[in-house]
Amino acid sequence: MDHVVLLIGTRKGAFFLRGDATRQHWQLAGPRFLGSAVHHMVLDPRDRKTLLMGTRPGHLGPSLFRSTDFGDTWQEATKPPAFAASDDPKAPSVDIVFWLTPGHASEPGVWYAGTVPPGLFRSEDGGDTWQEVAGFNRDLMPVIREAVGPIPGGPPLHSILIDPRDAKHLYVSVSSGGTFESTDAGASWRPLNRGVAAEFLPDPDAEFGHDPHRVALHPLAPDRLYQQNHCGIYRLDRPGDTWQRIGRAMPSEIGDIGFPVVLHPRDPDTLWVFPMDGTENWPRTSPGGRPAAYCSRDGGESWKRQDSGMPSERAWWTVKRQSFCADAGDPLGLYFGTTSGELWASTDEGASWRRIAEHLPEIFSVEAALGPT
Amino acid sequence: MSIQVRVPGQLFSYTGGQSQLEAEGATLDEVLDDIDRRFPGLRFRVVDEHGAIRPHVRFFVNRTDARSLSHAMATGDELVIVGALSGG
Repeated sequence: MDHVVLLIGTRKGAFFLRGDATRQHWQLAGPRFLGSAVHHMVLDPRDRKTLLMGTRPGHLGPSLFRSTDFGDTWQEATKPPAFAASDDPKAPSVDIVFWLTPGHASEPGVWYAGTVPPGLFRSEDGGDTWQEVAGFNRDLMPVIREAVGPIPGGPPLHSILIDPRDAKHLYVSVSSGGTFESTDAGASWRPLNRGVAAEFLPDPDAEFGHDPHRVALHPLAPDRLYQQNHCGIYRLDRPGDTWQRIGRAMPSEIGDIGFPVVLHPRDPDTLWVFPMDGTENWPRTSPGGRPAAYCSRDGGESWKRQDSGMPSERAWWTVKRQSFCADAGDPLGLYFGTTSGELWASTDEGASWRRIAEHLPEIFSVEAALGPT
Repeated sequence: MSIQVRVPGQLFSYTGGQSQLEAEGATLDEVLDDIDRRFPGLRFRVVDEHGAIRPHVRFFVNRTDARSLSHAMATGDELVIVGALSGG
C-alpha cells in the first residue's frame, strides 16, 4: 500500500509521522507552527496533496493555513472563517477553527469548516476564502443558542458529513446542540436526535440540545451512521430517524461514554470506540486508569476489549474526539493520540497495540493520510 | 501622517521579523487597516470580525491604553501592540 502519514494536531503545533510500507517504522517531522494550537489537519483525498489546518496562537485570533505540496510550504487563508460583522454585543466571533471536511468528490475545491463557537463555513476555492452557511449560522444557530443557553468554553461544530451519493445531503453536529440534517446544501436543517439520551436537559424528549461527541457515516453504506455521544453510543439506519443505543451492550463497569468513534472503511458493521470515565464529576480519564479500545463487529450488538500492548494500570490519559482514526490498509491500521502526547498504532485491526511516538504536546487530532511515495 | 508602531513577537510571521513599522491613519482602526494592507492577515489576529479587540491583545498609544478602534491618532504618535501574557 501507499505510505501512511499521520497528520497530528496538538496544543503546541502540527507534527507528521511518516510510516514505511510495512507500517512498522515511523519517522517524526515537525513541529510546524510551534506554539499554535492545531485542532485539525486534513488532506484533500481528491488531489492527495492539499492540506488544510486550523490554527490558533495562544494570544491571538484564529486562522486557517493551506498547503498545496503536502505540508512543505503553507499559506494563510486570504479570508479565514468569520461571522458577518455585527454591532450586536452578543454576536459570536470565531475563536477556533475546530473541524475541516473536504467537499463532495463532484465538487473539487469545496471544503467545509466547523468552528467554536458553533459556525458552519464553506469554501469553494480550496480553502483560501470562506463564507458562512447562512442557513445554519443565521437561521438555526440562534434558535439553538436561545434554547441551550451559554456553554462555558464554547461548544464546537464538528462531524461535518457529506453523503457520497448526494453533495447536497449534509449532516453536522454541535456539542451541545445535537445532530442536524440538510438535503438542500445547507439552506435548511432539521434535528436528528430522536432516541438519543440527554440526561442534562430538563426535557428528555427535546428535539435538540443533545451532546454528540463524534458522528460518523459509513462511506460504502451511507445510510448507516454511528454516534459517540455524551450519553452513550448509538447507531442510526436511514431512512429511520430514531437512534438505537448500541452502547447498552458495553460492559457495565466500563460504560459507553467517550469521545471518538472509528469505522472500518470496508465493513459497515465494524467500529471502534475508546471509553472514558464519565462517572460522577467526569474525570475524562481512561476508566480505572486502564486504557482500552472496544471493537464491535456486529453493528454494536456485542463489544470486545482490545488493550494488548497498552498499559495495564496507572495510565490516566484518554483520547479526544478527533484523535482516533483508521487508514485504508488490509489489515486495517488504527491510530490514536493521547492527551499525554503519545501516538499508538495497531496494524492488526486492534488485536495488538504499540506506541510509535511519545513526548508530544497534548494531542487534539490524528488523521491517517496516504502520502507521496 | 506617520505613526510609529511597535509590533510584538507573536506577529513577526506577518511582518517578516520587523518589530518597528510606520503607518498612517486618523484612528486606530485606520492604522490597523494600513498595516493589514501591507501585511495581510495581521489585523484579524488582533481584532475580531466585529471590530472588537481580542481578549489577549492591548493597544497603547503614547503609553495610554486604547480600548477602542475609534481612538484618534496623530502624526508622531507611538502605537505599541502588546500580546498580553496569561496562564501558567
